[in-house]
Amino acid sequence: MAYYNRSSAGDNLARGLGWFSIGLGVAELMAGRSIARWMGMEDRTNLIRAYGVREITTGVGLLALGDPKPWIWGRIAGDAVDMATLAEGMRDNRRAGNAGIAFGAVLAATALDIVCAQKLHQEEAHYRSLPVPDYSGRSGFPRAVSAMRGAASDAPIAEDMRTPKILQFQPATGQAGAS
Amino acid sequence: MRALVWHGANDIRCDTVPDPEIEHPRDAIVKVTTCAICGSDLHLHDNFMPGMEKGDIVGHEFMGEVMEVGSEAKSALKVGERVVVPFTIWCGECDQCKRGNYSVCERSNRNKALADKVFGHTTAGLFGYTHLTGGYAGGQAEYVRVPMADRTHIKIPSGLTDEQVLFLGDIFPTGWQAAAQCDIQPTDTVAIWGCGPVGQMTIRSAVLLGAKQVVAIDRVPERLAMAKAGGAITINFEEESVVERLNELTGGKGPEKCIDAVGMEAHATATLDSMYDRAKQALMLESDRAHVLREMIYVCRPAGVLSIPGVYGGLIDKMPFGMAMNKGLTWRMGQTHVNRWTDDLLNRIQEGQIDPSFVITHTVPLDQGPEMYKTFRDKRDGCIKVVLKP
Ligand SMILES: NC(=O)c1ccc[n+]([C@@H]2O[C@H](COP(=O)([O-])OP(=O)(O)OC[C@H]3O[C@@H](n4cnc5c(N)ncnc54)[C@H](O)[C@@H]3O)[C@@H](O)[C@H]2O)c1
Ligand SMILES: [Zn+2]
Ligand SMILES: [Zn+2]
Repeated sequence: MAYYNRSSAGDNLARGLGWFSIGLGVAELMAGRSIARWMGMEDRTNLIRAYGVREITTGVGLLALGDPKPWIWGRIAGDAVDMATLAEGMRDNRRAGNAGIAFGAVLAATALDIVCAQKLHQEEAHYRSLPVPDYSGRSGFPRAVSAMRGAASDAPIAEDMRTPKILQFQPATGQAGAS
Repeated sequence: MRALVWHGANDIRCDTVPDPEIEHPRDAIVKVTTCAICGSDLHLHDNFMPGMEKGDIVGHEFMGEVMEVGSEAKSALKVGERVVVPFTIWCGECDQCKRGNYSVCERSNRNKALADKVFGHTTAGLFGYTHLTGGYAGGQAEYVRVPMADRTHIKIPSGLTDEQVLFLGDIFPTGWQAAAQCDIQPTDTVAIWGCGPVGQMTIRSAVLLGAKQVVAIDRVPERLAMAKAGGAITINFEEESVVERLNELTGGKGPEKCIDAVGMEAHATATLDSMYDRAKQALMLESDRAHVLREMIYVCRPAGVLSIPGVYGGLIDKMPFGMAMNKGLTWRMGQTHVNRWTDDLLNRIQEGQIDPSFVITHTVPLDQGPEMYKTFRDKRDGCIKVVLKP
């Protein structure tokens, strides 16, 4: 099974990155224009807003209760896209310096994402290396299952728990409701 | 005394709190000798159930010795007697109790007015389970006040260990009722989603009640192994298609009886509906993830029965109700009417027909409870059922 432990070190980091994603996403979405202007990339305003939506989605995914691994890989892929966009934006840009600062910030976040992904995979590997306990002898029955089948078919079960005769499958007599 | 106390999401602590006292002549005080963590407690721990308050004592699967009995309970209960306490508190006098519908007792919820508003009409009071069901202090503690104690108890004869009878208070009758309300016929295939403690009890119950074929679904290998030990054919939903396998096993017609022993925190492997649920739940637009319910409705044979012991807290989305309606499915669900079943089940344990202690994988002192909630939830260390010793 996909393994994850919602209280491990890796998971805490993933959760932190989830909040970071949401914060950044909201900023990109709401202040896309100012961010773009600051980096001298006004023509990319809508793209930055779209990236904001991507960040928010990833953040929600990381904070929801499931396996954070796919979402962390999603962040890493997103970081790559961000860096490609910034690298391209730095060319012939009077504010290339600012775009460079943004590039550095994304690079730092990527490093953290990779550390997080590694941690999560290590935790999974550790979990998988543990022996699986053997519960194959725990039937709860005193005898073989075959001998126990139907042993309680005489149990007192009141009429209100029974399926109305007309809805029962068996015995099918071909006549509606007959049994 | 020491007790496990809810402080918020993922935050249950072992605190020192005031000892309980008799508040009403029908009360009794029980000294807890053994208690357990239930899957329903996980919904509180993960904060998916509305109506919890900081400081609430949790736990609703417990047993012990009667320490003190109020004047009106004295005819039914004596100091020193050994009892399992059912998680559903019942009065024994209202219309519902007279019909055996103890989990919807009309009188045991002291927050009836609130419950009437939220549910339309109140249900029974429950131990350690949100203020919607009375906000009664729970049993993961050294002592518990048992309201309506003249009814709310199961007396245990000597000669049986705590471990053998503890689950009479919840998961054993819950699994039993889940199977019983399917009205199992010898020709039936019973499909059970979830191989947690409730699923395990449901599997045994379905076998004892004579199902032709019991199929159990989960993804945790050791839980599937335990299901198989109990006589189930198993499906790992991460490795194969549940719908295809179930159809294969039933000549393409689908199981007659489908049981949801998973509830509101269902997982799914990257299906569209589960991503949708996850996102909506995280944004608090939906409280429950209904993947299992949708799958049951889809795969169940027309005119079949859906039995739902799994707990749901509030709202679910994208329910294929047209499918359910057109297939003429019967829905049976609810909290367990524990005392309705326990005389019979206690007999079966005494006769040796079943020993419910097979499900216990961890036994620890009460103060390790908070850590064990996480171990149980995350299914670490082969954990299936945790028993606590105050
Ligand atoms: N009706 C009642 O009176 C009553 C009483 C006790 C417990 N419950 C409820 O029963 C449910 C199960 O309790 P438990 O103690 O066994 O808890 P649990 O959490 O240990 O078990 C749930 C199991 O379901 C499995 N699961 C998750 N998603 C699944 C899917 N899509 N398909 C198949 N299996 C899936 C999990 O891996 C886990 O093994 C909970 O919702 C609990 O609240 C109801
Ligand atoms: Zn329970
Ligand atoms: Zn009542």
